[in-house]
Order: sequence, then structure tokens, then C-alpha cells
Amino acid sequence: MITMDHVCKSYKIAKRNAGFGEACKALFHREYEVIHALNDVSFTIEDGEMVGYIGPNGAGKSSTIKILSGILTADSGTVLVDGRVPYKNRIEHVRQIGVVFGQRTQLWWDVPVIDSFELLRDIYSISKAQYKQSLEELTGLLRLEELLRSPARQLSLGQRMRCEIAASLLHRPQLLFLDEPTIGLDAVSKLAVRDFILKQNKIHGTTVILTTHDMQDIEALTSRIILIGKGRILMDGTLDDIKRGNDSIDETVAELYRAYDI
Amino acid sequence: MKKYFSFFRLRFTMGLQYRAAALAGIVTQFVWGFMEVMVYRAFYRADAEAFPMSFSATASYIWLQQAFLAFFAAWMMENEIFDSIINGNIAYELCRPVSIYHMWFARSIANRLSRAVLRCFPILFVTAFVPKPYGMEAPASLFHFCLFLLTLLLGLAVTVSFCMLVYVLTFFTISPQGLRMVFTSAVEFLAGAVIPLPFFPERVQRIMELLPFASMQNVALRIYSGSMTMPQMQKAIALQTFWLIAITLAGRLLCRTAELRVTVQGG
Repeated sequence: MITMDHVCKSYKIAKRNAGFGEACKALFHREYEVIHALNDVSFTIEDGEMVGYIGPNGAGKSSTIKILSGILTADSGTVLVDGRVPYKNRIEHVRQIGVVFGQRTQLWWDVPVIDSFELLRDIYSISKAQYKQSLEELTGLLRLEELLRSPARQLSLGQRMRCEIAASLLHRPQLLFLDEPTIGLDAVSKLAVRDFILKQNKIHGTTVILTTHDMQDIEALTSRIILIGKGRILMDGTLDDIKRGNDSIDETVAELYRAYDI
Repeated sequence: MKKYFSFFRLRFTMGLQYRAAALAGIVTQFVWGFMEVMVYRAFYRADAEAFPMSFSATASYIWLQQAFLAFFAAWMMENEIFDSIINGNIAYELCRPVSIYHMWFARSIANRLSRAVLRCFPILFVTAFVPKPYGMEAPASLFHFCLFLLTLLLGLAVTVSFCMLVYVLTFFTISPQGLRMVFTSAVEFLAGAVIPLPFFPERVQRIMELLPFASMQNVALRIYSGSMTMPQMQKAIALQTFWLIAITLAGRLLCRTAELRVTVQGG
């Protein structure tokens, strides 16, 4: 179970106007702006739920994911994931979770993908039998046979993403954070990935939290949607709550953003 | 422990695949070593008595230094570590059940070892056949050779733990440029990479030998040709051990602080 209770997180950002004069001025006097990435965020997610976490750019989605996965520290409020405070006992915590950051890479650039996988096997102390089984399952579902022996740098974005997703799931985490996992995927891979995530949830009861701008991902995967904007939770409900009419989901969401002025 | 060994193994095998870099490195080190030996020859010709080490010991010092350059060169830091901090890929490393410090330590050691393994043998082999006093001598004794190996590894560990400080400090400064410049120059000069420490004036030397920099390449390269006395060697090894423990502890402490206030760059 995941609980976030009145969590705040802010960043200090140096700002200045364009131009040489402004740059010189900033040498002597620097203006900072404090951005409240998360402003009093509270929610609870039960085991086995699939939650879509949506909001416009810069709303605080990734910050939430990073706090939940123990990378960032919350300024105030309490965060509990299965009774653990993620950033307090990071190492204990991350053993139980899987994370995919769609815009980053976890594969070693210059060596074949399979080498990165084997490193992960050792990092998570996965037993030989379980590793073999996970690898076979993932290879089959995400169509990786051809890719495993090539260096990560020579894969296309979509091919790499499939490997990234597999890499995050080798240790069979009970809790999965997906931060824009379908970036760069072709139609077939996208369907495969969605299908795959659904299966993980059904078979293993994996809790999934998903941030994405692809509303079809949300439609296909999640039963519950949390809408965040300017660091605040604006809505927490089901897909039908949002849809109401029978508009396309993209338009509905855009309308929603406009309505909340975010 | 096994997971850190896996990091080590992967980084090591990765390092072995850069053949052209190794070849270029070997050539550079031959040319550089040859040049240095020639410069010292000119000095020794003027007045051989004025030097604290014999010419052939100095030549051995230079060739060993070239052969094990990858062990001790402070500028050979892991760019991937800096990149991961600057562009935010550190996010992935932080969601692994491993200690960041230990993982980077294992990686750095592996990187330096793999580079040195590819480079040291051709250099050691060839220079062993270069006529005396320009080539590499045999070690002073078997005892000295064993101590050489021990202090070589201790020196490597001290160098890596020192570089770890730079990696960790980059969490605070974001850009590694300035730190790298300062650390690298300090190490090059104070560790005896530019000129061996015995060549410094005695008073300066006394202070320099206590600094952590003297625990890097200085000890091993001098023990090899027997230019240190027994009490000097004991003191040097004790200092190496002390600095290794002190710098590693400082680095780990700093790392823990950094992890709590880390920001991930680039969203």
C-alpha cells in the first residue's frame, strides 16, 4: 500500500531574462524562484491497483514518482510504501520496486544488452532459475531475441525502450513505477507493452503507477486516474468520471486541463 | 559483495574491448617515457652526484610510471559517472539496491585495471630489454618486488578513493570542470607524476610525504628499485593504509549527505 500524506517538494531555480546584459547582472545578483513541484499532495493506493497519473508538463508527476522510488527526499509530509519511508531506507526499498524512466537509459551503452541484464541479475540477487524464467517470458512478450546480443548504443529508441522495460522487470517487483514508458514505441510494441503490463498485474498482482501523455495507455491500462496540476491533486477518480460524454479521451483531458487552468 | 564484483567484471570486460585506444596509449607512453629518460640523462650528465636516486633507478621509475599510468593518472576519471550526475541518469542508479559509493568504487578500480592490463605488459616487456641504464632494471630483490605489488595496489585504491571525492562533490557543484582541474593538477604535482618526490628540496619533501598524494604512485615506484630504507617503507605503507581508510570514510560520509539532497537534472 502506498500512502502520501501532505507531501511537499520544492526546487530553487535560478532565473534571468535573455541577453548579455542580463547575464552580466546575474553575475552579481542572482534571482531565484522557488517552484513548488508538489504542494500538499495526498493519496492512497492499494495493492494490485493500476493507477494513471496524469497532468500537463511540469505538473509534478515525475517528482512524485521519484519521491516514491526513494530518489528524492520530500520536504515535508509523510510517504509510506508498504510501511517503508522510501528515501530513509533506500536500499531496502528499491529491492522491492521496479522503475522505468522513459526518457533515460539504464542499459550500459557499449556492451550487449544481455550483459546489462546479467548485471541486474547479480544486483538484485535473482536466482538462476528465476532469471531464466523471467528472461524467457520477457523476451517472448517484448520480442527481444534479436536485440539482446547488440550493444545498447546501436538500438533504435523503440527497441531500446523494450529492453529497458524488460530490465526493470527482471527481478519481478511487486510495485512498478512507469514514467512515460511508451515513448518512441511503434504501434505493435506499444500494444505488446500494454498487454504485458496488464498481464503482470493479473498474474502477479503487481501494483502499477503510470505517468504518460498517451491517453490510450491510460484507457487501456488503468482503472483509476489521478490528475495533478501545479503540484496539487485536482481529481482522483475513474476513467468514466473524466469522460462523462463520449468525446475522445485526448480532447476530454485537454478540456480538463483548461477547466482547471493548469 | 557479489553485486559489486559484477560491476567490476562488466566494467573490466568493457574496458578490454577498446583495442585502438590501448594501442595508441602504448605508443604515447613509449614516446613520453623515452623523452623523459633523455631529459634526465642530460641532467645526470651535468652532475650525477647531485641526484638522490641513481640514473637507472630513475629510468625504472619512469618506465613503471608509464606502464601503470592507468593506475595513477588522476585525470583518467570515469566520464560516465559525471554524465550521469549532469544529465540525471543517476536516477536509475539510485533505484538499485546497491550503495552508490561502493558501486562507483568497483567501477573505477575495474576501469583502471582493464586499461593497465592492456598497456603494461608490452611496455614492461620491451623496456626490460633496453640496455642499462636506459631500460627497466630487475626489482631490487624478491622481497622488494612483493612489497612493490602490495603498495601498487594500495596506491591504486588511494587514487580511486581520491577520485571518488571528486565524483561525490559533483553532486553539489553540478559541473565537474573546476573540481577536476584543481584535483588533477594537485595530484599530478604532489604525487610525483611530474618529477619523483625525492627530487624536491628536503624540507618540502618532508611535508609532501605526509600528504595523501604521496601514497599514490610514489611508494610503489620507489620501492621497486630499492631506493627506500626499511623504516621508510614501513612508514610509507602505514601512511597508505591510513589515507585509504580516511579518504574512503570521508567519501562515504559525503556520499550519504549528497544522496539526501540530490536533485535529478533534466526532469
